[in-house]
Amino acid sequence: MDIKRLIIVAVGGQGNLLASKVLGEAACRLDVPVRMSEIHGMAQRGGVVESAMVFGDAVSTIISDGEADILLSFEPLEALRAIKKCNSRTVVITNISALPPFTASIGKGKYPDIDTIVQQLKSKVGQLIPLDAKALAKAAGNELSVNMVLLGALIETDILPVTPVSVEDAIRETTKKAFLDTNLKAFEAGRGAVREQIA
Amino acid sequence: MHKLLVDQPGEKKFLLGNEAIARGAIEAGVAFASTYPGTPSSEISLNFFQIARESDLYFEYSTNEKVALEVSAAAANSGLRSMCIMKHVGVNVAADALMTLAYVGIRGGLVILTADDPYMFSSQNEQDTRYYGKLSGLPILEPSSAQEAKDMVGYAFELSEALQEPVIFRTTTRLNHSTAPIIFGPVKLPETSGNFFKDPFNYVTVPAVSRNLHVKLLKHIEEAEQMACESAYNFITGEGRWGIICNGVSYNYVTDAVKDLNIIDKSRILRIGFSHPMPGQLIKSFLSKCEKALIVEEGEPYMEEAVKALAQEANLTLSIRGKDPALFSRLFEFDPAMVRKCIAAYFGVPYEAEMPADVSDIPDLPQRPPNLCAGCSHRATFYAVNKAAEGMETIRPTDIGCYTLGFLPPLSNGDFLICMGSSVGTSCGFSKATGKKVIGFIGDSTFFHSGIPGLINAVFHRHDLTLVILDNQTTAMTGHQPHPGVDMEGLNYPGYQQVSIESVVRGIGVEHVSVIKPYNVKKSIVAVKEAISHDGVSVIIARQNCTLFDKSFKRSVGRPFYVSDRCKNHRLCINELGCPAFYVENDRVRINSTLCTGCGVCAQICPEHAILPFKQK
Ligand code: SF4
Repeated sequence: MDIKRLIIVAVGGQGNLLASKVLGEAACRLDVPVRMSEIHGMAQRGGVVESAMVFGDAVSTIISDGEADILLSFEPLEALRAIKKCNSRTVVITNISALPPFTASIGKGKYPDIDTIVQQLKSKVGQLIPLDAKALAKAAGNELSVNMVLLGALIETDILPVTPVSVEDAIRETTKKAFLDTNLKAFEAGRGAVREQIA
Repeated sequence: MHKLLVDQPGEKKFLLGNEAIARGAIEAGVAFASTYPGTPSSEISLNFFQIARESDLYFEYSTNEKVALEVSAAAANSGLRSMCIMKHVGVNVAADALMTLAYVGIRGGLVILTADDPYMFSSQNEQDTRYYGKLSGLPILEPSSAQEAKDMVGYAFELSEALQEPVIFRTTTRLNHSTAPIIFGPVKLPETSGNFFKDPFNYVTVPAVSRNLHVKLLKHIEEAEQMACESAYNFITGEGRWGIICNGVSYNYVTDAVKDLNIIDKSRILRIGFSHPMPGQLIKSFLSKCEKALIVEEGEPYMEEAVKALAQEANLTLSIRGKDPALFSRLFEFDPAMVRKCIAAYFGVPYEAEMPADVSDIPDLPQRPPNLCAGCSHRATFYAVNKAAEGMETIRPTDIGCYTLGFLPPLSNGDFLICMGSSVGTSCGFSKATGKKVIGFIGDSTFFHSGIPGLINAVFHRHDLTLVILDNQTTAMTGHQPHPGVDMEGLNYPGYQQVSIESVVRGIGVEHVSVIKPYNVKKSIVAVKEAISHDGVSVIIARQNCTLFDKSFKRSVGRPFYVSDRCKNHRLCINELGCPAFYVENDRVRINSTLCTGCGVCAQICPEHAILPFKQK
């Protein structure tokens, strides 16, 4: 089976670990070989959290610089920071709702303008799919389901060997019952947003 | 039922490496387990802690790794299959017990799991635990994948019982924290009632006894080497003349690399999964079929040294390389492209690396270092100390926990750190050596782990220092494990007795002890001032629950705050506290109300009283 390499970056607490778990479960259901690697611990206290997922016939669990097929970023600045994982063919999906790091608020560094980030990303990778995941999550009923919106967007690109149905099933199994409805709605919203952009 | 207890052989679950290891122990009939939590090993014990509530497994969070190993060593010598879990640096703490336990040996299997951390994702060093195998004489097993780790735990218990020695099970972060589909095997019911047969001339390690025991240990090492040569975990793939010897996760990168480089038929790979003692005969015969050999191992040249010595013994003159300025480094972790590149370079295979996106025109991006949570009480304590010690020249040793992050600006509390408990011992030394005021910081769990002997030392020698014990009622950093100072009844865990930090400190004889509530800023500053003006040892116990832990119980502190238009934009709040709930929008300070926990600390320091709580909903 073709190897597909996905990097997910987010800020600690954005729910990316749940997103990658859902994706892994979905692949498991389809008997697609999958391995994932994540860093837990200190970084989770508001730092950058990165997951690497490798689908298909490879045994490594991490992804070297320049070798990601897809980069899914929960935050625009972090997409730019993770750009070294990409090459000129990589598809990048990024949330454009910013979470400025604390350092920027105390004047250590300046948060770049979103448009500049988008332009820079665009010029370096194969395809860029920007979306306001926070707004879409809010519209779906819960601001915190940014992770599900982005998961929807990712699936809609149809690059990974997992199906929308398997992901929905995994969402049903993995996420809290109370949030199930909004999660599924958010997932659908993410798919819709990408459908519009690709069309 | 806990997901790792399900007895359905053949079942496939998407599990974290650490969960797979815990499952492996359950399948092997583990009866007894002890640990001191440490990333990247923590999830193994977290699962045991939960499993122990609904099965016969005995599990404890011991006060430190040495105690944990002693507890498990006794259980194993009472015939119970036991497991002791720690991170790599924890092995240093346990080493005193480990070295002589190797002499004494065990009856029931004992697996000592260590988690090394190449690249130091969450550790203070990247020491290579394999050298503890050499130092102690104990066997070492090293899996390459989560599935293999699960299966290997069962083998580790068998090996331990066959040799009557503890087995070191070495993992690394990339295995502990990788997730993959895991196929379950059958569960073995544990034997849970132990029995100790007295035999002082084999168990009490006075010199006369130990002289015999060392002889026995050497025999065991010899037997172990034979077993390593025959072990299915030391296997060879391929029949080419290009030899590659690798271990752990490096094996995965090698496997992918020979495929990517299209050299499967040219290569011959020896995967070492049983790495102490190194399988001498096996390696010699492997080398004799190779034209040249490359050793691929993260960390130190542990295998390389052994392989080179073995080649010399066998009169083989082939080129053997590993750690080399042009090939692999002893630093940090490996990755697939790096391994591919080194294999191509060493064997002369044409290879074009993937070009990563050019980052030369990307401006310096603002960093996003980890930060204490919004509302973390440590921030309030550090602020109080900064205010109380304003204008004074102080040295502030710190310790290991979330509060280590307090060394970053704007709090800037933390001048020195080497290991668990070092805040106290180094405070003693700094105060004597420099004559300056010393203020040390240590967490509650770390205090129990290894802070107490240092404090006794300080009292005995009448050192002049202030120790701030940050008591947030949990071991927060590693995922909120309990420790002896925790009110377990309150968390719904009956059967424990809480140890009061205050009584311990007073019992040691500290003259000046105060307890503060860090969310009460004014009082805290006054108390810290008093403590640091005391001549001699003073202790401040800063007691406030970890806000993240409270959140997980929905025990929130209060209503979130907002910045009203009384704000004159001095930004003391942002510049002196650095709480991540603050942000700046259109040049005005704002508070993110989903992050704000309502601790109210910023409201107390704002000179304009501009920060106000939201009205009750
Ligand atoms: S987990 Fe608890 S102790 Fe650690 S930074 Fe967060 S609030 Fe503070």
